[in-house]
Parts: sequence; C-alpha cells; structure tokens
Amino acid sequence: MKLHEYQAKELFRSAGIAVPEGLIASTVQEAEEAANRLAFPVVVKAQVHAGGRGKAGGIKVAHSMAELRQAAEEILGMNLQTAQTGSQTFTVSKVLVEQGVAIERELYLSILPDRTSAGIAIIASSEGGMNIEEVAAADPDRIIRIMIDPLLGVQPFHLRQAGFGLGLQGELLRGFSSLLAGLYRLVIGKDLLLAEINPLVITTDRRIIALDGKVEVDGSALFRHPEMAAMKESENTDPLEAEAARHNLNYINLNGNIGNMVNGAGLAMATMDIIKLAGAEPANFLDVGGGANADMIENGFRIILSDARVKGILINIFGGILRCDVLARGVVEAAGKVGLRVPVVIRMEGTNEEEGRRILAESGLDLITARDLNDAATKISAIAARP
Amino acid sequence: MSIFADQDSRVVVQGITGREGSFHAGQCLRYGTRIVAGVTPNKEGEVINGVPVFNTVRKAVDTTGANTSLIFVPPGSAADAILEAADAGIKLVVCITEGIPVHDMLRTYRYLKTTDCRLIGPNCPGIITPGVCKIGIMPGSIHTPGSIGVISRSGTLTYEVVHQLTSVGLGQSTCVGIGGDPVIGTSFIDCLAAFRDDPRTRGIVMVGEIGGNAEEEAAAFIGAHLDKPVVGFIAGLTAPPGRRMGHAGAIISGGSGTAQAKIKAMGEHGIQVCENLGTIGKFCKNIFQGM
Repeated sequence: MKLHEYQAKELFRSAGIAVPEGLIASTVQEAEEAANRLAFPVVVKAQVHAGGRGKAGGIKVAHSMAELRQAAEEILGMNLQTAQTGSQTFTVSKVLVEQGVAIERELYLSILPDRTSAGIAIIASSEGGMNIEEVAAADPDRIIRIMIDPLLGVQPFHLRQAGFGLGLQGELLRGFSSLLAGLYRLVIGKDLLLAEINPLVITTDRRIIALDGKVEVDGSALFRHPEMAAMKESENTDPLEAEAARHNLNYINLNGNIGNMVNGAGLAMATMDIIKLAGAEPANFLDVGGGANADMIENGFRIILSDARVKGILINIFGGILRCDVLARGVVEAAGKVGLRVPVVIRMEGTNEEEGRRILAESGLDLITARDLNDAATKISAIAARP
Repeated sequence: MSIFADQDSRVVVQGITGREGSFHAGQCLRYGTRIVAGVTPNKEGEVINGVPVFNTVRKAVDTTGANTSLIFVPPGSAADAILEAADAGIKLVVCITEGIPVHDMLRTYRYLKTTDCRLIGPNCPGIITPGVCKIGIMPGSIHTPGSIGVISRSGTLTYEVVHQLTSVGLGQSTCVGIGGDPVIGTSFIDCLAAFRDDPRTRGIVMVGEIGGNAEEEAAAFIGAHLDKPVVGFIAGLTAPPGRRMGHAGAIISGGSGTAQAKIKAMGEHGIQVCENLGTIGKFCKNIFQGM
C-alpha cells in the first residue's frame, strides 16, 4: 500500500526526521489559507501515488498569492500521467502546500527489504533529486549500498559508513546518523516495504530536511497497524478496478479485447500470454483465487462482461480447492443476470469437473467448452479473428 | 528416489484443527502420507482424522517422532509457527500460508540459515513425491510416479504443467512448489542441486514467473552445474510493469523482473524454453524422449 507524500512526511515527523512545514489542501481556498500560514516562496505539490510529478507539471513554486492561486487551480483536478505511471493516469484531488527551503546540497536515501539476500538494504547517494536507477546505471560508484542483517539491526558503524560515504562530517554527520537510525526504526516498526527520501537536502543554514517522501507499507502487515490502515486512500480512476476491489477480486484492467477469468496468479498470467499467442490481446488479469465462491465468480464474470471492449471471454479453471461445479454455477448465475453479449470459451479441469460440465450443458447458455488449454487457445483465436 | 520428501517423512500438521488444516490433512492421509501429529495451541487431546493434536510442536516431536511440518496457520502467526518447528528440531517445514508480512519472513529466513531446517514456501502448494507422499494442497490424482522433477513458483500453473506431463506419459520424481512470495525458504537453485544429485530424476521442468531475478540465477546455475535436460516456462509475458500480478513477488519494477529477460537468460544457458503453456506436455515429451 503506497502512502501519499504528506502521509509519508507525517510518519517521518513522528520518527524525528525534519520535513518542511506544510499543509494539505483539497480546494484553491484551502491552498490560500495554507499559504497564509507560511512565507513565500511556497511549493504546491500534487498528492498522487507516482514519481516523476515535477516533470509532468504536478509541482509548482509560487512566489505570491496570485501565483499560488494559479498553481493550485492548475494542479487540483488535473489528470497526471508521469514517466513512472505508465498508461495509468491519476486525478489530483489534494495538494501539499509547503514552505520553500534554500538548498545547498541534495542527497538520496532509501531503506527497503532486499528479496534476494533477505536483508534490509540502505541505499544512499550524493546524487539526490535524480532517478536513482539512472544514477545506478550511469555511475554505480555514486551509490552506497549497505546490507543490514534483520536479526542484528542497524549498528553505529553502518550509520558512519553511510554518512562518511556521502562526504558528511561534524554536526551534519551526527544529524544524518540520527536521521538514518530513525528511518530504519520506522521501516521495522511500521512494516514498510520502501522508505525513500529523494531529495534529502542540506539547507544553506545547515539543516538536514526530507524534501520528499515515498513510503510503501506492507499490506499483509496492516492487521497490526490499524493507524496505517486508516491512511489508505484509493485513487483508482479505473471504474472496473474499483468495482473489483469492492468485491475483493484480484483484477487489473489491461485494455485488450479478450477477457479472462482464472484461478491462481501464475495460471492467470500464463492464460493472458496464451491469449496473446492466439493473436488477441488480454483485456484483464483476474485471479479468482483458490477459495473463490459462487458470488466472487459471478462478480468477476459480470465485471469482465461490462467492459465494452471485450469481444470474447476465456474462462480457465484448474479445480483444486475451487471446485468446477461452484465455478459453473457462478457463471450461469452471472450470465442469467447480465446476459451473454460475447462468446465465452470455458476450459475446466480437476475437482468435480463432470458436475461442472453438466451444469453448463443444462443451463441452455451458448457456451463453448474446450477440451484442453490448447483447444481453448484455438477457439479464442477464431473469436479474435472475427470482424 | 526423490528430493526432500519420501517414505521416511513423518508429518506434523500445524493448524490441523482449522478448516483448511483439517481438510488437507485428511487429503494427505488418503494419499498415503504419514501424518503422525497435529498442533493447535489449547487443543491438546483432540483427535482429527485419527491424528492426535498437541499444544506445541516440541511435544508433538517428542511423542511421535515427527521430522516434517506442514503449516496452515493464519498469516499473522505463521512466521512464529515456522520458527517453533525449526526450534523443535523439524528438518523440513512446508508453509502453505499466503500473506505473511515481509519483515517477518526476513527474520525467519535469516534465522533458519543458522539451523539445518529447510523451509519450502511460504505461499506455496507444497511438495509431492508421487506414489509416496504428498505434503501440500495439490490434487494428488494428476500426478504419477516417474523421473521428471518439477519446480515452480505457483500453484494451479504447476497443476496444469503436471497434468500435461502425466497426459503424455511423463511421470514425476518430485514436484516442489517453492512459493510466490518475495522471500522464500527454498530457491530454484536449492531444488536444482537436489534434483541433480537425485539418481531417479532424469529431466527437470522449471516454471517461473515475472518478478525478482531467481530464474536468471537458476539459469546460470544450470549452465554451470547441471547435465540433466531442463525445460523452462515463464508466465507473465503480457504483464504490465509496476502492477502486482496476484502473487506478492510477481511484479516488474524499474524494468527488472520481466519475462523477456528471464526467457533470454534461460536460452543463453541451454534451457529449452517453451513459450506456449498449451503445448508444454508435448514440448517436454520431445525434449525428454529416449531418456
């Protein structure tokens, strides 16, 4: 679960990490009130779950109330698409109005679990403000990478290694060490999958401030952090994805023409790939999971059917825990409610397969059954080829 | 022969009194697995499917000689259950649970490295040595004994592959679902090394998916250390970047973890890559025939 910048900065503040003074605003008037409590220049920052906001026009500096008003008007309500959002767009409903600071140096700092070593990585660089992956590719020597054993935790020598690596000394080194230790405690204490400060700035008056903040919380750990669960702000602009989320369905809209419903994430991805090989484009990813019930099947099927671009649907179920008869009943129910406007190919294998086939056959619905996956692909290919 | 699971596996099921635990313990028993104990705190004295239940893994081990554990404990307590099993001297832990917090797994993984306990999973279907024992939730009926080793990060996708192998007459030595989480106890490489040393296994099918770089590392290992033929399959060629595809570990981030990169690495190290899941059975028959 990604947090907005203003939420990340609340966490930073609670961990003793300095951030610029700022207020959140949902309207131009609120932005003006926020600016009234600060001193110009102020910075107006779009609150969306995506990096690359600056280049896309989501961050503006205002030197006067007139400029502030103009910036807030432009950013609030804008549909932001950045280099990092891919094809997704985000509608901006909140801006952070923040005190501008006089910057002397910009650094980069992040902490995240490393899946390969099962350690916790501290990554720091003197090249702040840039895309860290680009820095790593162009100039790997500029990246400091320290791996922490989670059973040991961060030690003072780790802090020195990072601080000296960034060329800090004296008061700044002490300030940085305390900030890094605080950030590490935050990552462990709040089950974070990413805590990134880019840039971490040294101001002209020698303070260290987190100018930006990107935080991702482990969704699987929210049960022990109710205060974090309350921070969840869905900004899903895709109506089908939002509807699927309401039914606890694992659905991603992909803009293709062949819908699909599968049990199991790996098989779902492989089924999407098969649709592509058959000369069509997958319209979605939908894993109804191992323990799907008839309701979930029905909702999933209805969501795929409501996608106007879909000209055919492939249902691929390998029954294990999910039984084929349960699947068949859900499909028949959904088809009865919304009507079948496109051809549907069903391939079922495994638990209670015979019973499932019988339910489909007796439903009177015009469903195309496939012998196996290869047969299903051939049938989907024929549907995709229709004008 | 087989890897990790055999006729000497004596299994304790942690979470045996729950819905999933009791159902699958029954299925494993029916398959012939030696389920010797169950563990659920505060339920000692109960008997499920003829299996005695204990409060602690330690007591289950002391009383029944269990050496393997199968875990169906909810995600918030699953890491604790794994650690309890390792501490009680269990040598193989198979954890089915999905949704264990990442930081719990980091600590658990690091601790297990200091013991001689092997963890399979979490978020996996488990392990099966066809005809001998099933320690997991896979449908036993699709498997048949034979000489192909199967390793996979996913559940139903593995069933599909195994089903096709069985259909074309290729039996399996052992099938291991290593799990779809970012941090897992047993890697592709661990399984590959075990299959290499298993005389019964004569060919290997490796089923991967997008996210991380475990398949690339496994490909390099195969190129350097394996003489047995390997067929590879990667799911997720059409997966969009930046989106988590069901499994916690299945995400293309910052341009890394793509199916294309994994397929390329596999090809470079002499692995026969099948790109069409619909025909993987026939594909394997061509590669493994005459073995």
